Amino acid sequence: MPSASELKERIQAALPGAEVAVEDLTGGGDHFRAEVVSDRFDGLSRIQQHKLVYDVFGSEVGGPIHALSIKTSTPHGGTR
Amino acid sequence: MTNIEIRDFIANAIEENPVMLFMKGTPHQPACGFSARTSAALNALGVKYAALDILPDPRIREELSGLSGWPTIPQLFVEGELVGGCDIVMEMYESGELADKLGAEQPAGDEAPVPEPQERRQPPIGLENRLE
Repeated sequence: MPSASELKERIQAALPGAEVAVEDLTGGGDHFRAEVVSDRFDGLSRIQQHKLVYDVFGSEVGGPIHALSIKTSTPHGGTR
Repeated sequence: MTNIEIRDFIANAIEENPVMLFMKGTPHQPACGFSARTSAALNALGVKYAALDILPDPRIREELSGLSGWPTIPQLFVEGELVGGCDIVMEMYESGELADKLGAEQPAGDEAPVPEPQERRQPPIGLENRLE
């Protein structure tokens, strides 16, 4: 069962330098919320930003990670 | 139905309906909180939209995610393009972007719409006959 800290580490590994906070919403290890601030999101649409985060987990989202709620932004603030 | 027929059905639904929501359950009876919030946002804007329940056949979700590249449900398409799932739709609702995009009036008050209580209350056990 994935943990919030494991998810956080994996997002940070995939997006070096990102500021990441992950919360286990139910305590059950299957509903998570991730807030990610990264300059990699610069110039990307929200869809593309969220996809970058989903891609870290591939088919685990919808599987063992039942739900992953995402909020993305850039260090400069905007999400475009 | 074959997988290809399902994929074609989904692709047609996206193409033919300017506002197309794929969700768990229906707008009247959402089967998941994320789907409930997303359809409640559309309801609050008073826009007309088509909704498809992905639950009756697991292949609907597989084919949809294959088409869209988006792993989770709900998924909202506007004019044939994926707008996002619950998080993005709610962010856009709150900023007024969603109303702009759909040519709708942003309702007064800045509170995000909350699904009707009866929509969130699931019976302890329920069976909907889909065999007919």
